[in-house]
Parts: sequence; C-alpha cells; structure tokens
Amino acid sequence: MNGPFAFTLALGDDALVAAQRLAEWTTRAPEMEEDIALANIALDQLGAARLLLSYAGELEGAGRDEDALAFLRDDREFRNCLLVELPNDDFAVTMAKLLVLSAYQVPLYTALADCPDERLAAIGGKARKESAYHLDHAALWVKRLGDGTEESHRRMQAGVDQIWPYADELFAAWPEAPVDPATLRSDFDHTVSAVLAEATLTVPEVGWTPVGGRDGVHTEHLSYLLAEMQVLHRAHPGARW
Amino acid sequence: MAAVVDPEIRVVTIDDLGILRSVQEDPATGRVVVTITPTYTGCPAMDVIRADIRRALAAAGHPDAEVRTVHSPAWSTDWISDVGRAMLAAAGIAPPAPVRRDGVVPLTLAVRCPRCGSPETEQLSRFGSTACKALWRCRSCSEPFDHVKAL
Repeated sequence: MNGPFAFTLALGDDALVAAQRLAEWTTRAPEMEEDIALANIALDQLGAARLLLSYAGELEGAGRDEDALAFLRDDREFRNCLLVELPNDDFAVTMAKLLVLSAYQVPLYTALADCPDERLAAIGGKARKESAYHLDHAALWVKRLGDGTEESHRRMQAGVDQIWPYADELFAAWPEAPVDPATLRSDFDHTVSAVLAEATLTVPEVGWTPVGGRDGVHTEHLSYLLAEMQVLHRAHPGARW
Repeated sequence: MAAVVDPEIRVVTIDDLGILRSVQEDPATGRVVVTITPTYTGCPAMDVIRADIRRALAAAGHPDAEVRTVHSPAWSTDWISDVGRAMLAAAGIAPPAPVRRDGVVPLTLAVRCPRCGSPETEQLSRFGSTACKALWRCRSCSEPFDHVKAL
C-alpha cells in the first residue's frame, strides 16, 4: 500500500472504531450530562472518520467510498491502533483511553494542518479544534477521579495501568507518512504526565507494549465490534433511507 | 436562499451562522454554485442544510444549483454575525465569546444568562444538545440554557 493511502486509512479507522466504542455508552453513562458528552465526542470522531475514509478511498482509486471502507472490510483489513478497539470496561478505563487517544490526536491533527497535502491539512485544521475539547474532557475526569476518593483513585490508576501499554503503538515510526507519529511522542508525554501529576496518579512503568493494529493484526475485540457495526449494511446491501 | 435556517437552531440563518461561504453564478451557464462549511465535522444537520439550499434555489428558478462543502479554513464561532448572536440570545441560547488567540492571556469571560442577564452562571456539561453547544445553568434564576461554545 502506498504511504498517503495507508496513513489516511489508519487515521480514519482510529476515528471510526473510537466512535463506535464511545457510542456504546449512549444510555449507559453514569449521568445524563456524561451520556450527552460521550455521544458528542463519538459524533466528532465519526465526522473525522467520514472525511478521512472518503479521502482514503479517493487515494486508493479502486472505487471504494466511505461506506465500502467502513462496512465491507473484515478485521484483518482494518488499520486502527489496538487502543481504540479495547472494550469500554470501567468508566475510568474509558477515560484513560480517551485521554491517551486525544493527547495523541491533538498534536497529530495540529501537525497535519501544516502538511503539504491540502486535503489532509483541511481535515487536520478542522479536527484539532474538536480534539482539544475531547482532551479537556478526559483530563477533567482523570483529575476528578484520580484526586477524588480512595476508591476513585484506585480505579483511575487501574484504568491508566491497563491502557498504558497500548500507547506505544500510536507513536511507532512511520517516516514516509505525511506526519511521522514518532515526532509527536514528546508532546504527548508532556500533556499526559502533567494531567496524571495533577490527578495524583503514577505514570506506569513501560513494560509489554503490544502492536499489530497498523498491520491488521488485532485483538479479538475488534471482530465483535465490527459485527455489530456492519450487520445492518451487510444484511441490506444498498439500502437507503 | 439567505433565508435558509439551521435545522437544529431554527432562529439563525446559515449566512448569519457563517456556514454559508459563497454563492457564485457561472456567467456562461447561469448555474449557481453554493459553498458551505460545517460547524463540526460530524454535524448531522449538513444533509438537511444541503437539501434546504437546493429547495430554496429551485424555488428561485435555479433547479440545477450545485452545493459544495469545504473544510478549510475551518469554521469558527467568530464568523457568527452580530445579527446571528442577537437571534441566538433572543432564543435563549447564550452566544459564544470571541475565540482565544495564541499570545493572548487566557481569560474566561462570564457567560450571561440569556433569560435574566445574570453573570452568575455555571457550566453543567461541556457538551450539549447539539455538537456546537454546551449546557449551562443560571444560579440567579435557576434556569438551564444552551451556550454556543467558542471554536
């Protein structure tokens, strides 16, 4: 696969799978305001996914549109990072995931806004403003739970510990990509360590760091997510409102 | 055409919201090209806005009008006109503050209650009934209200 297509597809898949996972909280969030917030963040991710996948389809030049890419690929063809496909689990785990994802997407989209590819630059310029709100939201919760009660602190630290190994994959070197994710790591570390410090949480030791998402080698969780996301489209091919 | 309103905030036109970027007529063919930009990437109102624009132009004698969507430069709440801000406030939606620019000392301005005008308000949720709004409450009159967040 050529560089810009593979990169655009990977970013689009990150956003799409994150949107689907976040949307699972709808009607199940701890409070009404949070329900609306998570649905809104999911909608932003879906918006970015649509732009990225539409453009990926054009770059590929094989006639696949956003729907073909979203609904008619199997798990081995998805290029999202493992982080976004992990189950929502405890609310603290979801917030740890959102913190890591948005602390990666903010500098990523910001760098993309200045890249020579005009389409990617436009998407980056748009999405970074939305990601800044996601980062703010996740940071507020991580601080509130981390610096909260003994129980909320314990669960927030457990959430961060559980998610932390999956952060490494986001910054794997990709020199031929329009933005090399490896260049974003220091920005990410700076943002996240400041949030964790204020939340009285400990930055976990780096040990086992699973990878594979960018090569289509996923956890078992992705195929269940895709089955639910794709079933309607596949059961009624070409159906319209 | 300029009377087309946002389907989710029906008191403000797409022109006053800054969604409508340009309207041009091809001098050779007479075909009208309308350019719009979404407030948020996932804004679910865009399809309805496109359909409403086509319907308005068809009624004005341009059945073959084209609607283009652009994403750059990205929409900003600074593009909402003074009329738009007044219409939002009159409908009980607190308009956005100017967007903070780099190099300027961050300053959080009080959001005034659109019902009683009190600055004694608090944010209930950063995210509200649509992608572009946050949920606030007035501590003076106790009424909850929507606030278009600066973007």
